[in-house]
Amino acid sequence: MNWQALIPLIGVLLIIFAVGIWAGKYIRSSNNFMQDYFLGGRSLGGFVLAMTMTATYGSASSFIGGPGTAYTEGLGWVLLAMTQVSTGYFVLMVLGKKFAIVTRHYKALTMVDFLKERYRSKWVVLFSAFSIIVFIFSAMAAQWIGGARLIESLIGIPYTTALFIFALFVLVYVVIGGFRAVALTDAIQGTVMFVGTLILLIATIIAGGGLPNIMSDLAAENPNLVTPYGAEGTLTPAFVSSFWILVGVGVVALPQITVRAMSYKDSRSMHRAIIIGTIVVGIIMLNMHLIGVLARPILPGIEVGDKVMPLIALEVLPNWLAGLVLAAPMAAIMSTVDSLLLLVSSSIVKDVYLNYIQPQASHRRVKRLSIGITAILGVIVFLMALNPPDLIIWLNLFAFGGLEAAFIWPIVMGLYWKKGNKYGALASMVTGVGLYILSDSFFPQPFGLHSVVLPVIISFFVYVFVSLSTQDKENSSVELIG
Amino acid sequence: MKQQNIYDNDPRYKIANREALIGVGLAVFNFIWWFVFAYGLGGRDPSEYSYVFGLPAWFFYSCVLGVVVMAVLVTIVVKKWFVEVSFDEEGEEQ
Repeated sequence: MNWQALIPLIGVLLIIFAVGIWAGKYIRSSNNFMQDYFLGGRSLGGFVLAMTMTATYGSASSFIGGPGTAYTEGLGWVLLAMTQVSTGYFVLMVLGKKFAIVTRHYKALTMVDFLKERYRSKWVVLFSAFSIIVFIFSAMAAQWIGGARLIESLIGIPYTTALFIFALFVLVYVVIGGFRAVALTDAIQGTVMFVGTLILLIATIIAGGGLPNIMSDLAAENPNLVTPYGAEGTLTPAFVSSFWILVGVGVVALPQITVRAMSYKDSRSMHRAIIIGTIVVGIIMLNMHLIGVLARPILPGIEVGDKVMPLIALEVLPNWLAGLVLAAPMAAIMSTVDSLLLLVSSSIVKDVYLNYIQPQASHRRVKRLSIGITAILGVIVFLMALNPPDLIIWLNLFAFGGLEAAFIWPIVMGLYWKKGNKYGALASMVTGVGLYILSDSFFPQPFGLHSVVLPVIISFFVYVFVSLSTQDKENSSVELIG
Repeated sequence: MKQQNIYDNDPRYKIANREALIGVGLAVFNFIWWFVFAYGLGGRDPSEYSYVFGLPAWFFYSCVLGVVVMAVLVTIVVKKWFVEVSFDEEGEEQ
């Protein structure tokens, strides 16, 4: 057990914990429980907004799986990761002011609320809630595994014990604190990520004897490591470019991201968040993945990709600093997990229960139910994560792709195209998800592209075509927002 | 529904639409920058690579400089062309 590294790590986690409890107090005294618990009372400022976006996004895919894959694939994987820079500005610009205005007008608290008011269709709502629950669940399991792995390799305790500690920690503060706790702790975690990766990058470069030295070591081992094509030359331009959709612009359709795009205070916060977000996402993604590549000559022969980050930190930094820096990936995972957890529980309570099962439920009952379901979900994910698969990044990306294929057009076209209607939305969601799952199972890389690309393109045409051909059925019953 | 027409002509939506298009434009520019440098300079044999600050030139221009360029561009665009609007509805409680 490495206590010198452990104490700073625990210190950071305790601070985060304290913030959660503090935010929980605020919620207990609130008289608009739903808006506060699930949306933080629409009061986020620019810095917190940028950080919560970054932290939610810079999930285990970037922090644990990402550097691990970069270690194996070389600079080509960093190139791929850089497609994420666009999320920093694209999401807030495209959903932007229109989404903020419209969701306020609708009094929407979740992405599904928006779809419900926009399309006025039970089936759109149920299908959306169902997709969120299924896909977010698989993403969440992946994150928990990442978190437990990190604790496992850091402290050297068995995986199950590590998972238990992690689960307990996350559950307590999400359950009591709600969205405000999540957003505030995200801000701390985002800052830790930013500073942590910067320190680690510099220390890694020094430990490797400078960049020219590391690069020539890499090129000597396998020249492909310094090309954009990956260690085996398998990262083709078409495949890597597909990630512009999967982890770049497509992120606009992820419910955990859209909910943040309705939580900010005013347009000034949004402007600040765009600038801060772009810089922070860009730097974190670059540093994190570059560290993975640079670690290779320093620590050759690491077999489980997930362990690259903890091991390199312990190797190149003094123990106490390693503990502090490792709070970064830990923070990233926790902040993703907490927002996903909240999202699934809001989907169950708000989108399904309040809409269709018991619309008259009392204030107290909703409150107890929200907190209870959040806790139960946590326990279920814990059980799922007990028997985990090895490479978490793919699990995680599967969930991203599914949600994007489902929601990108119903959201974007719903916002900007008057003629879009519920038939188009439903058809596009079913086609998107269906094709993605089929394609992913049977034709993993059609035309060399990632399997999410074609479903996203096809579901666009389905949305437009079906909407146009059902214009007569759908008269002026829907309030237009174009 | 009376609000319908108000919503259609809401001047704030013009601003919102324009800013969304700016976002798309930036992403297209970002993609071109990223792609052209990465595969333009990185496509040759690794033994012929030139290096900038110890990194292969393709990587430096595409990934490192790319982030800097986008950060500067986004800052300028937001400061110059983004308009502050109110999100609340006039005459409604919030």
